[in-house]
Amino acid sequence: MSDHALSFMPSEGFRARSKEVVENPFLRKSFRGAMDFLINKRVTQFPSAEELETLRTLGEQIRQYNLANLPSLLVQLEDSLTRNGIKVHWAETPDEANAIILGICQAHSAKLMVKGKSMVSEEIELNHACEAAGIEAMESDMGEYIVQLAGEKPSHIIMPAIHKTKEEIATLFHEKVEGVDYTDNVDELIQIGRRVLREKFLVADIGLSGVNFAVAETGTLCLVENEGNGRLSTTAPPVHIAITGIEKIVEKLDHVPPLLSLLTRSATGQNISTYFNMISGPRKADEKDGPTEMHLVLLDNGRTQAYADEELRKTLQCIRCGACMNHCPVYTRVGGHAYGTTYPGPIGKIISPHMLGLEATKTMATASTLCGACGEVCPVKIPIPELLMRLREESFSEPHANPAMRGQGAGYSRLITMVWQGWALVYRSPMLYGTYSWLASRFNWLTPSNQGPWTTVRVPLKPAPKRLRDLLKDKS
Amino acid sequence: MSSRDRILAKLNAAPVLPKAVPDIASWYATHRFEETTAEKVARFRGCIEFAHAEVYAVTQATWPQKLCEVLNTKQIEKLLVAPATPHGQRATEVLTETGITFRAYDQSIEAWREEMFHDVPASLTGARGAIAETGTLVLWPDADEPRLMSLLPPVHIVLIDVNTIHNTFYEMMQSEGWSGSLPTNALLISGPSKTADIQVTLAYGAHGPKELIVLLMGEAS
Ligand code: SF4
Repeated sequence: MSDHALSFMPSEGFRARSKEVVENPFLRKSFRGAMDFLINKRVTQFPSAEELETLRTLGEQIRQYNLANLPSLLVQLEDSLTRNGIKVHWAETPDEANAIILGICQAHSAKLMVKGKSMVSEEIELNHACEAAGIEAMESDMGEYIVQLAGEKPSHIIMPAIHKTKEEIATLFHEKVEGVDYTDNVDELIQIGRRVLREKFLVADIGLSGVNFAVAETGTLCLVENEGNGRLSTTAPPVHIAITGIEKIVEKLDHVPPLLSLLTRSATGQNISTYFNMISGPRKADEKDGPTEMHLVLLDNGRTQAYADEELRKTLQCIRCGACMNHCPVYTRVGGHAYGTTYPGPIGKIISPHMLGLEATKTMATASTLCGACGEVCPVKIPIPELLMRLREESFSEPHANPAMRGQGAGYSRLITMVWQGWALVYRSPMLYGTYSWLASRFNWLTPSNQGPWTTVRVPLKPAPKRLRDLLKDKS
Repeated sequence: MSSRDRILAKLNAAPVLPKAVPDIASWYATHRFEETTAEKVARFRGCIEFAHAEVYAVTQATWPQKLCEVLNTKQIEKLLVAPATPHGQRATEVLTETGITFRAYDQSIEAWREEMFHDVPASLTGARGAIAETGTLVLWPDADEPRLMSLLPPVHIVLIDVNTIHNTFYEMMQSEGWSGSLPTNALLISGPSKTADIQVTLAYGAHGPKELIVLLMGEAS
């Protein structure tokens, strides 16, 4: 199972994968269209700039307060959940988490697992692990179902199938779902999905879900969704397994309403999602439905590394709304698959290096224009641009002892570092800079006309024959 | 050392600056205002109708009649009810007179799974309260009115008393002391089930009810 870590080679293929998308007008249009739609919907949800600002500050305070108390809150959560009859498991790595989940499945001789939307289950590649163990893992969120049917991965954390057109989905259903005629009517397509998946819910042995907020004081797992598949996954099968990163915890129940409001308004521009499902335990003796057994898997997978550093810890404030992606000029152009990581876009760039190490993600933080849009919309005020700068530093600085991150210095090159040091030297000294610019303007005819990728679509860069200072001198 | 201990040890080893307790109460005090029942009703109704729910103003006396009307218009021949609740009891009495059959959720799901998944066109439940700000119904399923009632039938009819509408989710959980009394499952429902996963086109009835019908009891009609 450990070989699936090797399938992550994000830095390697980013260029090639993004080129594919950039050169595909169809994909570009669908990403641009969908992102514009989400951006506009979000704007209508925040008519008051003052309300947005103060609520974001409150969101930031709530997340930072809870992170500051994370270890004791995890223990409190474990106590509360245990009291409520929910079994708590801890996993440091994806492999460990998969082993725990498969262990529960095998104890019930499970054949079919239905899954509500869970990015953490994507993070650990649970579907592969299930397949290897002979357990069918079926995605039930419509977008995830489509993506799974196509043998692909989600391209957006909130809208997994955003890269597919309805015609592609129509063909997919026609080819892969038994007895389905071609239709590109969206209502009909959704009804096909509903019919197929309801049969799965009827017979599934295990329901798996993610968690949006875990409340320590009450031992409550909260789930945000629109479709009802999350509710079905957590209610219909006899066993419910939830999985979450260790950071998604809040101490008090009253921390939930502000975060919920920020989440749904930032994510899809809804004032609230259709369902907010708060689960505080399995079926009681006198109750007539609900799972009879419940588990929660708490996953580390690099989060403790981010936690150890005051600045990097801010990464863990994230409530996974996806707004940073929707507003990212890079994401909008290259799409979610180009990144090659479970979490794409700005949040992916700041969280993935902790999960996968900088060796595999060393250039991810450079796929950014540092325009700052992500930091501006983030509902919990994560300073994403600053973190990107920090990650570049971690990647490209000379390897040193006690690094804050696994793989620090993975992108270090002595030559490049020397070039930049020389550049810094020249630009700091008026004398050196004067000599350099004088030489550059006099010998500008030496600049090559072919400047690699730059000149494929632009005119070559050439120093001006007269420097600004020369022009000023001429004038006076 | 177990994984648990290792994770906790790493977290405990981190130098962490203490952070102030967030002051949630004062944010709500300055950004959300008290409203009269009529204002709350209007806001609740506007929001939930925007989310595609059908809302009917009824009274304590008229709701059973409205229920029958709705069922007749939609040509629904069977209604799932919770017979141990007062509204479920009342519904069964009225339905018996009209000839619409009802199905009581009076045994555990295992005993009638097939029927519940395939053959229950509509259900009637109560609601514990509602939230005006977001147009949200709050349900606390229990032994009498179980979780799946508001999820599997394609049409979900909810009876709600206007006097239980709160301004915000925060206000509701505070005034009702939720943190000490949560049930195994508490639900906020703000419309029929929906998805925009195919080309951001909105479609209703993804996995849960396609139609949500709200009988708003006490609203002046
Ligand atoms: S980093 Fe901020 S904007 Fe991006 S997903 Fe997380 S909470 Fe949302």
